[in-house]
Amino acid sequence: MQLDHLDRRLLNLVQSDFPICPQPYQVLAEQLGITEQEVLQRLERLMQQDVIRRLGGVFDSRKLGYKGTLCAVKVPQDRIDEVAAVINSYLGITHNYLRDHEYNMWFTILAQSPAKVEQILKEIKEKTGIEDIINLPSQRFFKVLVNFDVRDED
Amino acid sequence: MTLSELDQRIVMELQSGLPLVSRPFEALARRLGITEEEFLARVHAIQQAGIMRRIGAALRHHRVGFTANAMIVWQIPEEKIVEVGEQMSQLPEVTHCYQRVSLPQWPYNFYTMVHGHSREECRRIAEQLAQMAGVNDYRLLYSVAELKKSSMKYFMD
Repeated sequence: MQLDHLDRRLLNLVQSDFPICPQPYQVLAEQLGITEQEVLQRLERLMQQDVIRRLGGVFDSRKLGYKGTLCAVKVPQDRIDEVAAVINSYLGITHNYLRDHEYNMWFTILAQSPAKVEQILKEIKEKTGIEDIINLPSQRFFKVLVNFDVRDED
Repeated sequence: MTLSELDQRIVMELQSGLPLVSRPFEALARRLGITEEEFLARVHAIQQAGIMRRIGAALRHHRVGFTANAMIVWQIPEEKIVEVGEQMSQLPEVTHCYQRVSLPQWPYNFYTMVHGHSREECRRIAEQLAQMAGVNDYRLLYSVAELKKSSMKYFMD
């Protein structure tokens, strides 16, 4: 992925300091010393290249009344795609990773109540026939930060 | 603060993404039949209430060089958790930090997610955290594949 110096500065800015005002791209343009049109073109390209996954509101799920949990399941190697398809079909399951452990499939669930979380887990068990799912709701939250310092490599 | 029906619709518009046009909030406001000014005033209120952290871009971090990530799971005595959590959160490499319930088959009760440019870098960060907290019961679970990563669509599930 070729990112030039301006791409990197733009990426650092839009991760955390996106202006909330009538012409936000104009404000970014002034900070970078380029035109609004160029900011829009660069953002469009960075989205097409899938460097930017989404540009939008970042919400505190707890304040929106959602409960979060982390779950893990032991999936045989030859069933990974099939089980992932079942798990990934839920809107509230936003992250799913394979990890190097006997519990190899790790996914997060966001739902409006613990009962909804239980319902999703029950359905996954029924659809996959896998009974052993560990459910690890969060008890205390210390940090969530999703900004990455996109430094120049040189 | 409880969200009105209009606020919920504003949240739904903001989560589906900001249009790349000169006046993006005006474009979203028009869809809801309100003015840009009203829309921005509600966005500020929703942010001030802490419901929205910010507007920002979510990156595919492997595309900007952070190719390794590890979930480090820890066994930390209950009475030390708050202190350790506050310490570990300070490190910029730690992107997520949570206390979670433990289970008989899974004794870990504390989680830090770290992102690095290599597995080796993740391992060094884990050692640094362990030393900082004086805790030795931990293990790293490296990510092998990303099967899904999306942003939550609130009020649509």
